[in-house]
Amino acid sequence: MDQGLKSELQKQGIFTTSLQEVYNWGRKNSVWPLQFGLACCAIEMIATTMARYDLARFGAEVFRPSPRQADLMIVAGTVTKKMAPQVVRLYNQMGEPKYVIAMGACAISGGPFKQGYNVLKGIDRYIPVDVHIPGCPPRPEALIHAFMTLQQKIAGQELTGANRPRHLNPDAPSEFTVPRFGAHDLEPAKNPEVWRPPALAR
Amino acid sequence: MDSPYFFIVVLMVAAVAFALTPLALAWLWAKLFSPRKPGPDKNATYECGLESKGDAWIRFKSEYYLYAIVFLIFDVETIFLLPFAVAFTGLSVGAFIAMMIFLLLLVEGLIWAWKKGVLVWK
Repeated sequence: MDQGLKSELQKQGIFTTSLQEVYNWGRKNSVWPLQFGLACCAIEMIATTMARYDLARFGAEVFRPSPRQADLMIVAGTVTKKMAPQVVRLYNQMGEPKYVIAMGACAISGGPFKQGYNVLKGIDRYIPVDVHIPGCPPRPEALIHAFMTLQQKIAGQELTGANRPRHLNPDAPSEFTVPRFGAHDLEPAKNPEVWRPPALAR
Repeated sequence: MDSPYFFIVVLMVAAVAFALTPLALAWLWAKLFSPRKPGPDKNATYECGLESKGDAWIRFKSEYYLYAIVFLIFDVETIFLLPFAVAFTGLSVGAFIAMMIFLLLLVEGLIWAWKKGVLVWK
């Protein structure tokens, strides 16, 4: 429906909507995160859910202890190579539609521990991350901002067509390769289907 | 229409429809839009990120039955001793003897466990 006609009708007291909008409106206001924290960022995540910052305003106060019931994985903290397979497996076990917020410098790049021999240099090497938040750790406001960004993303997703999100596309994968411990590093070191680093123009 | 149960039938139909309609809509939505995406990880029984190892049908040490038996001796004894003590003055001789036999049986079990060395914490 044309946006102009829609706002014209709204002025006359007639509210119109589409199935897609209702669907996305319901989804974006009931994003249940997975109760899962890896390091100090998790403390900020806890603070975000508590009374002072109150993530419940966004419909996300229900932290689910089971991946089967969660919609959103907040990767809050340093992902060690020991932990990475578990994180990917948890993501695989979440039901569609599922989203990922990489919270903090460690989750998006390895952060201050990037040179560490046992630190994964960003969880986006294995799972598709929707929102990255920098910060060490990010303040609760930053997490809320990431949350609102994710809500905007969910609201803009189309129900049909070529641009529809992964969970509505039967051909798109739902599970991603779980890395294994190799002799020196995780194998594979990255999932090339997911990880597309920006090319540096030199 | 005249039957007094007619409204109950109407209410029942409404109640069943109220329950079934969301289920049917959810099923229809899944058919139309969201495809099923099962996988080995998603279908796994254990859901905490770790892979389960081995079989759930494992053996437990049968020695624990001794603790269970000794616990039962004291437990059952306590349950019967309290009402026995409360009603002691009003009991007949037959009841008293019956209770003593019951206690004797339990104490016998305790002595058996004692001789077996169960009460010694190693």
